[in-house]
Amino acid sequence: MLRLQNRYSNFIFFVIIGIIWIIGTSNVFAAEVITSQKGNEIHSWWFYPLILLILSFVLGVFAVLAGVGGGVLYVPIVSGFLPFHLDFVRGAGLIVALAGALAAGPGLLRKGFANLRLAIPLALIASTCSIAGAMIGLALPTHIIQTMLGATILGIVVIMIIAKKSVFPEVPKPDRLSQTLGIFGIYCEPTINKDINWQIHRTPIGLALFVIIGFMAGMFGLGAGWANVPVLNLVMGAPIKISVATSKFLLSITDTSAAWVYMNNGAVLPLMVVPSVVGIMLGSFVGVRILGVTKPSVIRILVIIVLGIAGTKALLKGLGIG
Amino acid sequence: MSQNNLCTSEEQVLYAKILNVGMLTGLTCLVITFILYCIGFAKPLIPLEKIQSYWVMPVHEYLEKSGIQTGWAWFGNLKYGDMLTFLPIAFLSLLTIICYLAIIPRLTRKKDTAYVVFAIIEIIVLIVAASGILGTSGH
Repeated sequence: MLRLQNRYSNFIFFVIIGIIWIIGTSNVFAAEVITSQKGNEIHSWWFYPLILLILSFVLGVFAVLAGVGGGVLYVPIVSGFLPFHLDFVRGAGLIVALAGALAAGPGLLRKGFANLRLAIPLALIASTCSIAGAMIGLALPTHIIQTMLGATILGIVVIMIIAKKSVFPEVPKPDRLSQTLGIFGIYCEPTINKDINWQIHRTPIGLALFVIIGFMAGMFGLGAGWANVPVLNLVMGAPIKISVATSKFLLSITDTSAAWVYMNNGAVLPLMVVPSVVGIMLGSFVGVRILGVTKPSVIRILVIIVLGIAGTKALLKGLGIG
Repeated sequence: MSQNNLCTSEEQVLYAKILNVGMLTGLTCLVITFILYCIGFAKPLIPLEKIQSYWVMPVHEYLEKSGIQTGWAWFGNLKYGDMLTFLPIAFLSLLTIICYLAIIPRLTRKKDTAYVVFAIIEIIVLIVAASGILGTSGH
């Protein structure tokens, strides 16, 4: 069954590559640039979706190598450097994060790295708050959202620089709430060939932090892996593998509710969403394959620099300086 | 079967199975409908040549100028290529509800009341978000 699913996944992978190659090669050499009466350059309709596909592919590769979600790179970079309005970029960013989480979810759940009992209560809080975030985000003026996005991205850069990871955090005693809910588990750690029993503590604090995380995910369309992982790992004491995997799976629930708000408000354009989703997913496939031959630390520094530039640009744009 | 497989609950395995089939179906349909849209198999509601003049606008201005209806209005316009692409996007966004609905009977059998309640509330939250009854906002 698993072999059949792998064959199916590989088949889809190669079909998508083939389609993109055909579409890309047939159109890219016939690029048509029209100059409007105002003197602005208007490209053919497929020009920016193609750029989006290529850019998303690159972001997908970098996201895997740097260990971050695609959404956090996608929103500031696409809104900062391409002509799409921030409303549509946030809508597309959420669908990108959702698609990535849906694709990774089954494998992570089956292998026991993502934990459903840990995810369900957190997802309930985060998805509810992401609806509020999305509604407020779409109601606020663009320059305010842009400024807040820039500040948030720069905050994420700081988190990426200073946040430590604890592979197996020490949880001397699980709290009462996590015990009542039965949130604990066991997983096999292949690097040391050992079964790891894990439990969590400070569950009420973790749940409270997910109010903020959900709200920000909905407001900025960023996904929220950058915040989920430190909270799960450093605050609640889940092992890093469980934290990363559960965080990824969580996005499939959190981003669903916010994505619906953007979709119902007309802020989802298929011509932006599909190339972005396909590009990020293909990039992730390639990223996973080249992970072994790259230096993640170098990539991570590069991503921090790029995010720093994109965050500063968003901040300045929001303040009317850029 | 690995040790990890042995340690995952039956509802987790079921959730993963449904998510896997749904995700592969949704993503495949997304690519197919998008190709149909791009090659002009189904005429789009917004002509492809005009779309780039809309995506630079804030969403409320885009809706005003394009005449596109919000909410589930796209469902009544599936004959148009661009609106057809919303079908797999909506399916992918509904997948979590389907997975939750599937695990509720297992959780009920285990008398896992807290998680049954969580799952039901989550489904309600997602249905409310999907329904569009929260209204459309504007700048």
